[in-house]
Amino acid sequence: MTETLTLAKIKQAFGASLIEAHSQLGHDTVVISKSAILDVARMLKTDPELQYNYLMDLTAVDYWKRNPRFEVVYHLYSLANNQRLRVKAPLGGNEPEIDSLTSLWAGANWFEREVYDMFGIRFKGHPDLRRILLYPEFEGHPLRKDYPITKRQPLIGPKV
Amino acid sequence: MASTETISKTMFLNIGPSHPAMHGTVRIAVELDGEIIRSADVEIGYLHRAFEKHCESGSYTQCFPYTDRLNYVSPLINNFGFAAAVEKLMGIEVPERCNYIRVIMSEISRICDHLTSIGASAMELGAFSVFLYMIKAREWLWELVEEVTGARLTVSYGRVGGVKGDLTEGFAERCRPTLQKVRSVLKEVDDLLTHNRIFYDRMKGVGFIAQEDAIEHGITGPFLRASGVAYDVRKASPYFVYDRMNFDIPVGENGDNFDRYLVRMEEMEQSIRIVEQALDTIPEGPTNVDPEGRVIEPSVMADLGKIGKTLGLLTNEVLIEPTLQGSEKRLHAAVYTASKQARIPPKEQVYSNIEALMNHFKVVMYGHGIRPPKGEVYYAVEGANGELGFYIVSDGTDKPWRVRCRPPCFPIMAALGKILIGSQLADIVPTFGSVNMIGGELDR
Amino acid sequence: MEIVSGGSTTMGFFTTRLDKMIGWARKYSIFQYPFITACCGMEYMATACSHYDIDRFGAGLPRFSPRQADVLFVVGTISQKLAPVLVTIYEQMCAPKWVVAFGVCTCTGGFYNDYASVPGIDTIIPVDVYIPGCPPRPETVLHGLMMLQEKIQNQKQEL
Ligand code: SF4
Repeated sequence: MTETLTLAKIKQAFGASLIEAHSQLGHDTVVISKSAILDVARMLKTDPELQYNYLMDLTAVDYWKRNPRFEVVYHLYSLANNQRLRVKAPLGGNEPEIDSLTSLWAGANWFEREVYDMFGIRFKGHPDLRRILLYPEFEGHPLRKDYPITKRQPLIGPKV
Repeated sequence: MASTETISKTMFLNIGPSHPAMHGTVRIAVELDGEIIRSADVEIGYLHRAFEKHCESGSYTQCFPYTDRLNYVSPLINNFGFAAAVEKLMGIEVPERCNYIRVIMSEISRICDHLTSIGASAMELGAFSVFLYMIKAREWLWELVEEVTGARLTVSYGRVGGVKGDLTEGFAERCRPTLQKVRSVLKEVDDLLTHNRIFYDRMKGVGFIAQEDAIEHGITGPFLRASGVAYDVRKASPYFVYDRMNFDIPVGENGDNFDRYLVRMEEMEQSIRIVEQALDTIPEGPTNVDPEGRVIEPSVMADLGKIGKTLGLLTNEVLIEPTLQGSEKRLHAAVYTASKQARIPPKEQVYSNIEALMNHFKVVMYGHGIRPPKGEVYYAVEGANGELGFYIVSDGTDKPWRVRCRPPCFPIMAALGKILIGSQLADIVPTFGSVNMIGGELDR
Repeated sequence: MEIVSGGSTTMGFFTTRLDKMIGWARKYSIFQYPFITACCGMEYMATACSHYDIDRFGAGLPRFSPRQADVLFVVGTISQKLAPVLVTIYEQMCAPKWVVAFGVCTCTGGFYNDYASVPGIDTIIPVDVYIPGCPPRPETVLHGLMMLQEKIQNQKQEL
């Protein structure tokens, strides 16, 4: 299997923080440790050969009962090369934290707020980290696997 | 004595969540300096319905009704996007005819979406008759959709491994004249709006976003194309059979509301072209895959069942997609369809013979349904508002571990606050209209 | 109903007639406030436009301010976050007022039985007519509207 340019470059520059690299179903994937996420993302965005200029999606997965429990998933896209890349960073603990990408992509702002809202993952350096889809009084983070789907919270308001 | 100095203060104004001139529940808190917007804070989430959580708690087949309600103006695109993502995960290739049907229905959906979008934003600018014309045209298209899928809006027509049923007899003969009628409506609306002084003045130069900003925010779809970037998933990474269709990607220049309107108008014309081509070239044949990975007609499957040959139907492997690389093949060879038959047999069969009924139960019953192999997949299709992506993580059971939908209007709404700064208060309405915010997709 | 006796029969006659007349007037001049949130809104648009022409029932003019409306159409899923807004809007409307629950989401919560959705708007405001369906077809909506008209006609009219 020939390695794609992207994977080779990441291996070369961030060998130490690279946990895994593979290409499943034709989609390049790298798993890196969370401390390197900002540097890797900056390299991917600015490297003249790669030019991953789109942050298409940013989300997280809760692998309950596995350690590390969370994984933040970034989907990058390069308009110039028509290439897609998935970057994943595992996070442990109950109060996970990772660097924010808002300094690189303005679009990361709301995506990160949504992940914070749904999973309780905090983003270091985010300018305005508050709930986005739910209301501030909501307790807990519904997309965590230990939050039951039907657990309603008391209605807030109506205070006219 | 009163001082002669004028004190100027900014004013905060709260718009929404239920505002007469905005179709959608969203709250915009703006800071006004006279009529000029100094800052705008957009708050969303009023239609959060736990789409992702619901998908995690049901089987793969049970996700389809929820995907209908993501972008409820073009539900078919969501259906097919989700189905295609699961198919990619399982390594299934659907038959030719199915791909053509998917293209036809997706494009009809896209036309409906753009009709609603332009109609609604024109209505908010006072052109009520345009709205009536557009809805009239949409009604004709919905009649076609209803004829094929059985429902007007919440269709649930996609299936993993195929579609619910074939096109109805004589569909093409009814579809072509309808498309002509839609064309004439578009012509009429074009006459009404494009050179309309009021409409032009309120749209031109308003809601500007530069290319770089749009990319920075992750904006796709007509909103991006109006800024001059020709990115369309249908061209960039063709899925279904879009690579065989002959169509253009309309691109704007100025990145303002008026260009977005023009791009949408032209896109409808292109969609009509695609549908017409697909209707001309659609091959005959079956529409669904069978568990063995070959394509099979529903009646043949039932006949096999009747003579007791159910064994083959239940234990064969699904076809492996040729592009799989390296060690992943091993994973996929283990996909057996014993209890994982990929699609629900047609309803007529289910009601008339026991094998199909059993197959049906095997798919829908708790603990039996489709089981894609462990792994993850991201599949993008071109939704009406931009790139609609599904990211699915499977843990090998019949329930998806995680389903994530990349909503196309989410990044646009994220950028809206920025776009509005510096414009007039009244410009909120046309700009918001050109975003085409769909609550179900935005808040999921 | 009380039996009216003696000299007040004529008065009774007049009030029931008056009731009928006001009911008749009211049922054909429904000013609705569509509170549209979700997918059902698309079907609402279809009903309101020329194809199904809700104007035939005297309900053609949506008022986009709750203070001018007398029927509240709640169209689409109401989430926990939106519920206080809905209650406020209901309270802003002047009596006499009626509420129509449009779509199964507003009737019972539908298949959104989860942490974010309200299980039927009748848990927060009173409802007069329920129109089930996901979304209800325009024919169903018109049927619901006629039932509402019947209800308006037959009720005791407050002045
Ligand atoms: S009843 Fe169905 S169509 Fe209507 S809002 Fe609810 S989910 Fe959408």
